[in-house]
Amino acid sequence: MGSDLTFYLFAAIAIAASLLVIAQRNPIYSVLLLIASFGALSGLYVLLDAPFVAVIQIIVYAGAIMVLFLFVVMLLNASHEETEYDERVHPLLQAGPMRFGAFLAAALMIELVWALMKGGGESGAFPGKAVSGVKEIGQLLFTDYAFPFEVTSILILVAMVGAVVLARRETHQ
Amino acid sequence: MTLLVAQIVLTLFVFFMLLNSAAVMVYVERKVAAFLQQRLGPYRVGWQGVLQPLADIVKLLFKEELRPRAADAFLFALAPVISATCAFAAFAVVPFGAETTLGGWLPEPLRLQVSDVNVAILVVFAIASMSVYGIVLAGWSSNSKYSLLGGLRSSAQMISYELSYGLALASVLLLGQSMSLTDIVNLQSGTWFGFIPRWNVFFLPCGLIAFLIYMTAGIAETNRAPFDFPEAEQELVAGYHTEYSSMSFAMFFLAEYVNMVTVSAVATDLFLGGWHGPFLPESFGWIWFLVKVGAILFFYVWMRWTLPRYRYDQLMRFGWKVLLPVAVVNLLATAAGVLYFGL
Repeated sequence: MGSDLTFYLFAAIAIAASLLVIAQRNPIYSVLLLIASFGALSGLYVLLDAPFVAVIQIIVYAGAIMVLFLFVVMLLNASHEETEYDERVHPLLQAGPMRFGAFLAAALMIELVWALMKGGGESGAFPGKAVSGVKEIGQLLFTDYAFPFEVTSILILVAMVGAVVLARRETHQ
Repeated sequence: MTLLVAQIVLTLFVFFMLLNSAAVMVYVERKVAAFLQQRLGPYRVGWQGVLQPLADIVKLLFKEELRPRAADAFLFALAPVISATCAFAAFAVVPFGAETTLGGWLPEPLRLQVSDVNVAILVVFAIASMSVYGIVLAGWSSNSKYSLLGGLRSSAQMISYELSYGLALASVLLLGQSMSLTDIVNLQSGTWFGFIPRWNVFFLPCGLIAFLIYMTAGIAETNRAPFDFPEAEQELVAGYHTEYSSMSFAMFFLAEYVNMVTVSAVATDLFLGGWHGPFLPESFGWIWFLVKVGAILFFYVWMRWTLPRYRYDQLMRFGWKVLLPVAVVNLLATAAGVLYFGL
């Protein structure tokens, strides 16, 4: 009973915060709400008996990635989102990124509904063995999931090298 | 029932002791600073000035709460709260004594730890990584150049040193074969060859190197001299808390001291054997714990009044080009050692 209540609490916070992220004009508030959403998500992991995943969620997303987001937002000092379109006409009635975004959102929604219908509403259960402990996760990462794990790290390395190449200024003698 | 009450009392006890520790640290800091600079320090309020922190608190309470007109009101108020909350939260998983029944008064032994989490090390790390938000938001929401520079500096600094901090924690994790702080402390009881305590810091050379990396990164994480760039008085006035006054300033101040206490307490648990020590029975282990934490805190203060502040580029170069490679190599060496000797 108590854990049901906390589940609904965390789920409500996660959904509300995620919705508010895209409803903000001020990017700093968006970043903060995203952090709140990650926090609620990590609460859900705790309820699923996976404290390790919960803490990693906080360390990696809330503690590292979002700090970089905040850093970039502050450096650009983008205090308010610029509205480039004519505000008298509804944005969906004009050409521009809004219309494209709305189309993408609709496509995603249809895909999601289709996937959920096809999945037959199976919920909750983990496939195979429980993967909550540190040891189990470590073993899975270096045996069954070793290839995707390494490929992901190479992908991140490529992105990093790309960023360094782009950001480096050529020095002439 | 008694146990529940005892647990609540313990939680409140830890909370108030942390509050008190900040007051004590303010006094110690001023007295030690005075000693190192051949002054007397505070000596008028109470015997040898021991009531000086009380006077400071009263002064701060009666000051006017100021806010720049262009500041973001909500975030300006939220930032010190985040700082103080993160500072207190991390101590929740830190054990500070062996299990005790308080001389048979309790039916079951009580852990001297607010909450025993089996991923305690990671919780400490996660909360440390969250505490940067208080400073960054304070810097941004003040809408002042000095504050913003302080906030930017702190986010760059804390991200840079967090990596080495995490790798030092990982080395201990390998030595202790557990992520629970209680397990790690208990593994450090007893002695080697009858006289060297089995503390992780004496696990040469990896333990000692990990300890030095942990302390260096810990000082950087808590923004203390010689790494106090976010507030560097001479360049940034007071950095992120330039615009703060009265109680919201006091909360940043409180957060800084409580963070110091937490880093010292975690260092004691991870490297210095926690509450284990000679001469005292297990039930008085908390005395050893206090002695060790006190020694590290004194070291903190000593450092601040001895070393000059580095330059910002030196800080970054040191963090990325010296500390991080050493931490990585040390982690690999620890892993190899643990595998080879089969600890």
